[in-house]
Amino acid sequence: MPRDIEAIAEQVFAALADPTRRAILATLASEGPATATDLAGRLPITRQAIAKHLALLAEAGLVTAEPGERRRVRYRLRSAPMQVAQQFLAALARDWDSPLGALKDHLDRSTH
Amino acid sequence: MGFPDRIERTLELAHPPAKVWAALTTDEGLAAWFGNEATIDLRPGGSARMTWTSEGFTAEMRVERVEEPRVFGFTWPVYGLPDEDPRRTYVEFTLEPSGPGTRLTVVESGFAQLPEDVYRKAFDGNTDGWAKELGELADYLDAA
Repeated sequence: MPRDIEAIAEQVFAALADPTRRAILATLASEGPATATDLAGRLPITRQAIAKHLALLAEAGLVTAEPGERRRVRYRLRSAPMQVAQQFLAALARDWDSPLGALKDHLDRSTH
Repeated sequence: MGFPDRIERTLELAHPPAKVWAALTTDEGLAAWFGNEATIDLRPGGSARMTWTSEGFTAEMRVERVEEPRVFGFTWPVYGLPDEDPRRTYVEFTLEPSGPGTRLTVVESGFAQLPEDVYRKAFDGNTDGWAKELGELADYLDAA
């Protein structure tokens, strides 16, 4: 696998490992683009702390900054890196052992 | 150590390849161990569908390789990705005679694949999406 794909997934998992960043991403996912001030109003975290995490998330490509109203910077979730990470999770979530066990049982039970 | 691109399992079955083949490639066979309900059009390019009734989940498969009684391959969507996502993994069953029984190998590959557009989006500062679509809706409503 190309190394850079793994680097993308790593950034997603690192971002999700922190509860504050998880809350920021979850809020952007469920409620749409928001400014640092908006997020500070919705989450029990200071605006300064949120701004710091947003800068880090933007650096990792997980959110993107765009011009908002009244010349405020607004942040939007970027779903593409999440889709990369999701595919890796799919490999870990795939269970072949149970169906193959069921296949074995099925063959042993049937008579022909 | 990276993420797995492929999953591989081998098991020894005490039944001849023809019997294992039937379990892998017929409606009744698949429904008996894999899904709860299954239909399959067994030819390359044919479609198959499996339903897991308790999970309320249906997988649409596409048959890719049919070399009775040795190789059966299909593609299906990646579990956990949205239905409209074009990414699919490839599953291949290989049956080898082993004494009176069969050595069955299953390989599922393609977990680390990325089509060009997903790959590009993951790197670029792509700001398309809802903003653009909602903008288009606004334009449409304004014009109406």
